[in-house]
Amino acid sequence: MKFTLSWLKEHLDTDEPLEKLADKLTMIGLEVESIEDKARQLSPFTIARVISAEQHPNADRLRVCMVDTGDGSAPVQVVCGAPNARAGLISVFSPPGSYIPGKNITLGIGTIRGVESRGMLCSAAELQISEDHDGIMELPGDAPVGKGYADWAGLGDPVIEINLTPNRQDCAGVHGIARDLSAADMGKLKDPAIKPIKGEFPCPVQVTVEDATLCPGFALRLVRGVKNGPSPEWLQKRLTSIGLRPINALVDITNFMTYDRARPLHVFDAKKVKGNLTVRRARDGETLLALDGRTYTLDNGVCVIADEHGVESLAGIMGGEASGCDDNTTDVLIESALWNEINIAQSGRKLGINSDARYRFERGVDPAFMVPGLELATKMVMDLCGGTPSENIVVGKRFGEDRVIDFPLTEVKRLAGIEVPLVEIKLILSRLGFMMAGNGPVVKVAIPSWRTDVQGKADIVEEIVRIVGVDKVPMTPFERGEEPRKPVLTPIQLRTRRAKRALAARGIVEAVTWSFITRPAAELFGGGQAELALANPIASDMSDMRPSLLPGLVAAVQANINRGYPDVALFEVGQVFRGDRPEDQFVAASGVRHGYASSKGPGRHWSGSAITDAMDAKADAFAVLAAAGAPMQALQVVPGGPAWLHPGRSATIQIGPQNVLGYFGELHPRALETLGADGPMIAFELILERIPEGKQKATRARPPIEFSAFQPVSRDFAFIVDRSVKAGDIVRSAQNVDKKLISGVTVFDVYEGKGIDPDKKSIAIAVTIQPREKTLTDQEIDAVAAKIVAEVTKKTGGTLRG
Amino acid sequence: MSDLVTLETSILDQIAAAGDEAALEAVRVAALGKKGSISALLATLGKMSPEERKTQGAAINLAKDAVTQALNARREVLKQAALDTRLAAETIDVTLPLRETAAESGRIHPLSQVWDELTTIFADMGFSIAEGPDIETDDYNFTKLNFPEGHPAREMHDTFFFNPKQDGSRMLLRTHTSPVQVRTMLTQKPPIRVVCPGRTYRIDSDATHTPQFHQVEGLVIDKQSHLGHLKWILHEFCKAFFEVDHINMRFRPSFFPFTEPSLEVDIQCRRDKGEIRFGEGEDWLEILGCGMVHPNVLRACGIDPDVYQGFAWGMGIDRIAMLKYGIADLRQLFENDVRWLNHYGFKPLDVPTIAGGLSS
Repeated sequence: MKFTLSWLKEHLDTDEPLEKLADKLTMIGLEVESIEDKARQLSPFTIARVISAEQHPNADRLRVCMVDTGDGSAPVQVVCGAPNARAGLISVFSPPGSYIPGKNITLGIGTIRGVESRGMLCSAAELQISEDHDGIMELPGDAPVGKGYADWAGLGDPVIEINLTPNRQDCAGVHGIARDLSAADMGKLKDPAIKPIKGEFPCPVQVTVEDATLCPGFALRLVRGVKNGPSPEWLQKRLTSIGLRPINALVDITNFMTYDRARPLHVFDAKKVKGNLTVRRARDGETLLALDGRTYTLDNGVCVIADEHGVESLAGIMGGEASGCDDNTTDVLIESALWNEINIAQSGRKLGINSDARYRFERGVDPAFMVPGLELATKMVMDLCGGTPSENIVVGKRFGEDRVIDFPLTEVKRLAGIEVPLVEIKLILSRLGFMMAGNGPVVKVAIPSWRTDVQGKADIVEEIVRIVGVDKVPMTPFERGEEPRKPVLTPIQLRTRRAKRALAARGIVEAVTWSFITRPAAELFGGGQAELALANPIASDMSDMRPSLLPGLVAAVQANINRGYPDVALFEVGQVFRGDRPEDQFVAASGVRHGYASSKGPGRHWSGSAITDAMDAKADAFAVLAAAGAPMQALQVVPGGPAWLHPGRSATIQIGPQNVLGYFGELHPRALETLGADGPMIAFELILERIPEGKQKATRARPPIEFSAFQPVSRDFAFIVDRSVKAGDIVRSAQNVDKKLISGVTVFDVYEGKGIDPDKKSIAIAVTIQPREKTLTDQEIDAVAAKIVAEVTKKTGGTLRG
Repeated sequence: MSDLVTLETSILDQIAAAGDEAALEAVRVAALGKKGSISALLATLGKMSPEERKTQGAAINLAKDAVTQALNARREVLKQAALDTRLAAETIDVTLPLRETAAESGRIHPLSQVWDELTTIFADMGFSIAEGPDIETDDYNFTKLNFPEGHPAREMHDTFFFNPKQDGSRMLLRTHTSPVQVRTMLTQKPPIRVVCPGRTYRIDSDATHTPQFHQVEGLVIDKQSHLGHLKWILHEFCKAFFEVDHINMRFRPSFFPFTEPSLEVDIQCRRDKGEIRFGEGEDWLEILGCGMVHPNVLRACGIDPDVYQGFAWGMGIDRIAMLKYGIADLRQLFENDVRWLNHYGFKPLDVPTIAGGLSS
């Protein structure tokens, strides 16, 4: 919402300086977005006369002008490219050193094709006062040479733009803004009564409203014998100052009323209207050429005003070209109506029209001002264009409902935490147009018709507090209460937090990728369901909710490779979607590694380095599981995984086949191809919700530690087994020989190659035997060793390596 | 006698001449071994007369002791010399560069770090953390929050929708984290003190908007909390979060459908070459919106607005993270450029705590 200071002063009797008014506007909820002070901005630009304009010796399109700047000094030489630069022209001059807003440059003394130029003659576009850049400005012959242009042109009026919140339609007019400022002690509201204009004859056009829910009220009157044409200068300046284009007096009056009183109106050229007017729903397929020059195809949802020709106007949004007023209009129909807010919003959105009328109607105009607005407009039409008015026709309501709220005065203190004396409450509310009856403890407050946003007690509190000033509300310490200090994170929040730190501690960098991915990527990871596809995606490659974090991570890793950083490890812990219900959303922890970003350490290094492989992903996954408190002993690692993983270099992590926690491995080359990435890349993904929750322990104390009095013994075994035999099976077989005595089994060597059959491999394990009750004799140890060999041989078909 | 002296002298000379432990051992065996020269002399004692044995025995044993001592002394010298020789050959290049440890090279994203900072501050104030789904119903995202159907305020939220279901309803991506407040009020009895961090979505993409962003909202419902408490909490929060001793805040009346009265909050700052200083300067930076929970919202969530009251606030996590850590471009938060992450990210052990500071 834009207005000028002088416009505001038409409605507010005030001597307060602009800065104070602007601060107050912001502090009462009408946030000032900008103040444009053209007078200050354009102060270097003066009115000047072109004495002579000669052809530039070295350039066909340039002229060398001598300019009288009116300051009594010698004429100034200016090189000018404008076709209209000619002797005798009065235009606008800027000396060197001026800032040219339309070009965003500061002018210097220049030499153009060998001729010195000491300033510039300006176009309107260069001053940013219009789009016109066809030539330098042409001012009337009596414009005072040497005077400031902005002052002469009446641009000295600062333009204030406020960021109007959607609830304050009453401040979509200058009058409403003035009322708020008057309530905030910034002056006195000028609010003279609006006198009805007596009609001289009955309105010849009848109005039928077919659907009162779409059009609760409709007022119309004819003014006969008007003389239309350009509106007076003051009105044109009002409109241009806020960026509106003057059209003709009748149209300008409607635009003025829109901004002055938040009362949009429409004017029809009565001679172009055939028969009576009907307010109705459009018929599907009806079209209208609107005042913006576009043709709109309508449907049954749009409310229109029609005559015997058909649709003449889009109700409350925009008029039609055919019945519009022009310079030849002699009889004008002025419409002032009430429209259904929701219907206006929907129709406007559907048709893609953002008009000043729609803006106000969809927020709800003052219903009681429908007829006074028509009277005010009639008076303006008669003042500016003459004519004889008909009587008003009013269909439907002319007022809103009376709304009175029982307001306990204690509500102010209860909700806002501030004591406001009753007299102050009364003063504020009455200045805002509320009527208050009673002295408490519960008063009756009548809400003014224009405050459609005020519905209840809390709204009244807001009115009082915003005018008193929120800065007056004292800060009150908030007691944290008797609640014991205990962790507040839920188990899944804790897991999320720990998983992130655990992965970062493994040298991985945390990424945050988009929640939406491409359809093919979603399908690859089991997504792509209809209920997870956006109806209105922002881009075609952000169309589906992600079922996995990996597509985003792979893309991010690839982008880093493309930037010249091939050794990348990224992880993410975030939401994934398997359906559109809350219980279908999970927290996944995932990681992708590429190149030398292995768990040995980043990059190539003298101390040893390796291209990352699937075992890094296994280690990453297990780090997350451990950090998240998973029962590590119960985890099973089963070869093979989903289709997006390499079939031979992947595994599923589960606790029984019914509870799959996740996967790790090398990404399948075909999956990488679908994702547009170059491999190999390794990855893991876990769903944190799948990790069973540990039992809550009653005490934080740990069980007493038990040290064995006897030294542990270690024995090494190397087995030759088929290549398909899993090391895990060998370890488990050895472990199971004697769960009490054998305290640990580790694999310390895996060998394939020279000296071993091509379809065999050697796996060496170290078994730790921890005696519990007595030192073991050599025979007893040998007996355990023999059992280990027998068990491993039995379970895996392996033989002890000689 | 002179034979013994000669022998002893000869052995001592050999000991002194032994160049390594093996040569020394050979001398020892030659002298003190079973068939050694001194052992041989000792063997002759048995055949001597007692008188002779007494004098000879003492002399031979003296010689033996002298040899033994010399052997031990020489052995020690040789051992030390051998150690010195070995160590002299053992050198490393101490200038070889170290490998960065994983704990040094890993990074926590600034958004996660700020998330942890927020929860740390609010947990200390007695709030718990609530979360909810990203895919929401129109009812929870709008209607229960007092956005009437067709109201222009709905349009201010450029909403991502899913396709309509058979029954005509359609799900959407939450445009704010406020539906979590609704879910909280529907399932918990007052008093309620929660903060709700989460990912939110709007169809918007330019230099200062991304289609996904993050918010943290707070909600207090009880029988006494009012605007004064709200102002205090936000003031305390801003000081704690930005880690400054004082901060100037401006509360302006504004409009949100779900609060009444509604306020927007600016903090005073000075911008200097991309660096922001709080508590000084001329600029007011808008950082959050807040207000008393609208009675319609309380009613929609089954709470009597004449008995209970409370307030809520919401702010952009991305925005406050950028402000605090001097991140200029919002879009880079989601570009995952490792150079950027290494620069703006945090080390895994930099865990925010109240005792040790949020950042250090």
